[in-house]
Amino acid sequence: MDEFDTSATNTWCPGCGNFAILRSFKDVLNNLNKEEVKKEDIAITTGIGCHGKIFDYLDVSGFYSIHGRAAATATGIKIGNPDLEVISFEGDGDAYNEGISHLVHAARRNIDITVLVHDNKIYALTTGQFTPTTPIGYKGKSTPKGNIEPPLNPIEFMIASKASFVARGFAGDRKHLKNLIHKSIKHKGFSIINILQPTVAFQNTWKYFRERVYKLQETKHDPKNKIQAIKKSKENEQKIPIGIFYKKQRKTYQQAINEQTTNKKQNIHKVIENLK
Amino acid sequence: MKRENREVMEGSHAVAHAVKNCSPDVIAAYPITPQTHIVEKLSQFVADGELKSEYLKVESEFSAMSACVGASATGTRTFTATSSQGLILMDEVLYNASGLRLPIVMVVANRAVGAPINIWNDHSDSMGVRDSGWIQLYAESNQEVLDMAIQSYKIAENDDVRLPAMVCMDGFILTHTYEPVSIPTKEEVSDFLPEFDPEHKLDPEDPKSFGTVGFPGDFMEFKYQQHEAMQNAKEVIPEVFKEYSEKMGREYNGLIEEYKTEDADVILISLGSVIGTLKDTVDDLRNEGEKVGLIKVRVFRPFPEKQLIDAIEGARAVGVLDKNISLGNKGALYSELLDSLYNSDITPLTINFIAGLGGRDIPESSAKKMYEKTKDVAERGYVEDEIKFVDLKEA
Ligand SMILES: Cc1ncc(C[n+]2csc(CCOP(=O)(O)OP(=O)(O)O)c2C)c(N)n1
Ligand code: SF4
Repeated sequence: MDEFDTSATNTWCPGCGNFAILRSFKDVLNNLNKEEVKKEDIAITTGIGCHGKIFDYLDVSGFYSIHGRAAATATGIKIGNPDLEVISFEGDGDAYNEGISHLVHAARRNIDITVLVHDNKIYALTTGQFTPTTPIGYKGKSTPKGNIEPPLNPIEFMIASKASFVARGFAGDRKHLKNLIHKSIKHKGFSIINILQPTVAFQNTWKYFRERVYKLQETKHDPKNKIQAIKKSKENEQKIPIGIFYKKQRKTYQQAINEQTTNKKQNIHKVIENLK
Repeated sequence: MKRENREVMEGSHAVAHAVKNCSPDVIAAYPITPQTHIVEKLSQFVADGELKSEYLKVESEFSAMSACVGASATGTRTFTATSSQGLILMDEVLYNASGLRLPIVMVVANRAVGAPINIWNDHSDSMGVRDSGWIQLYAESNQEVLDMAIQSYKIAENDDVRLPAMVCMDGFILTHTYEPVSIPTKEEVSDFLPEFDPEHKLDPEDPKSFGTVGFPGDFMEFKYQQHEAMQNAKEVIPEVFKEYSEKMGREYNGLIEEYKTEDADVILISLGSVIGTLKDTVDDLRNEGEKVGLIKVRVFRPFPEKQLIDAIEGARAVGVLDKNISLGNKGALYSELLDSLYNSDITPLTINFIAGLGGRDIPESSAKKMYEKTKDVAERGYVEDEIKFVDLKEA
């Protein structure tokens, strides 16, 4: 037991990638703790799905959002209390189907929240229908003859939406994932990690990903270079890069608000001065 | 009586079979428990070539209903199904569908609405959209829900009605329960339900506008016509039921169904699958010599006020069981019954039971308690506490 455990019985399937995400996140919380970011400084929210159960397994403040709306809820929490580190756990169905618009706008505004997408390429809780990240050809109950829709590329999409931190993680590499999550929380501005999360119940992808992933940090990839990042994002079949694709510090929504309020105050002072 | 070809299957699949035989041209849906099995089965029918239909798996319920609106406007027969959170996400489009007079049929697998998050049955979802201009039918059994799906197309597409229709079935209690059902064949359905060929549709050969602005000079007339269509539905629905009964050999007799009400001093009223439990309760109580009856509300929109008033005439007290509550007021069925009673000639004592929220079981013992309470009201001649939450845990 550590400080972030709860008494809830875990109902994820044995072998599910969600366990690694939970463990990595707890490790990050413990590290943050040492850096003076206390439990009380953290708030989490989740979508609805298998991933959402992470809320029950973490003794951290927050609440279940509704399906697809976790990023919008996280935005509200952050604006309500800018001192909190706000982390939003979402499913691929949740984030890229039902609630995709919220991601675009949170990224564009550069709200200082962290979105962790448990990308299992399936609606798991509702038993295996296809999502926007499901590969063409996948046969599930909603697609008995195989999925015909070309999948969304979350990395490319989030870079295009002006997210200031875009990364991919893999539940099969906890050390790497832990490091990524830590960096994403530390990033000032909107950060998102699309985490490859094998589900054992529908399409077991552990082996598939293990054979293909490699680390961007071990290549010459420069995360400040947007064009390079977009090019890299397209590489996702034979070899699948994990790590930070794109990272750029830019004004956060909160900073923009603060500037506006300070400017306004200064202007008012000027007007008063002139009247004197 | 016609030959009965009965098969045992879960409620969701029973509806899916019935919908298949209505041959909808377009189906658009998004998964949500406990509805998902309905559309998955339809998806399987399409994949197996048993149903020639365009099946769209959309990115949200909002899109599902929007796609149905678009498809229906082109003059095609459409179908969708949803539940709870999904239904209320559609809310804006529900009004669009009814305002545009599109006869879309939707099955709602009734489920509670969060927070707290809950996937089990009650009627908060469909009761919450009761003002959206949709016809609403509530099923007691799997047989009834599959029959209602077929009947709904005929009601919705009737020229004097032309409104969308919602068939409500209790989540899990019906959707996931296996019961023997008799499914009309495609030929039988075709004989009952003519092809959908609306007078007004989006057709490049004969251009028309849909959904223009309703300025203050016209808007009221649009709404009046919808109101009128609902009134017409009160006549059309029993006719459709009658024809269905004649053709399929199963009795459907009206907007409401009375059970042992003739000489009843106390009448219980409700809708949906709980009617089964209430019928058993009434039977037991009758055996004990109690003068109790039951009314099942089969059609909630349009509201069968006249039928209800006629049926409860003579009863001293009426207990209404609602699996929903309009917070700050009362259960939906109860408050609508009260407003129907106000201008009528009868003044029975009334009491509202709120029960079964979020999947709480309603056993016969609880139904008996409701009866006892209602009888007590009749004997005392007044109601002490009008809105009673049944089986609430002690604090
Ligand atoms: C508005 C709405 N529609 C549908 C649902 C039903 N639903 C619950 S979880 C879920 C999908 C979950 O898939 P995903 O987001 O990928 O998460 P996973 O279960 O795979 O972790 C759906 C469709 C819902 N809760 N709310
Ligand atoms: S269904 Fe898939 S995502 Fe859900 S707990 Fe099981 S393995 Fe994990």
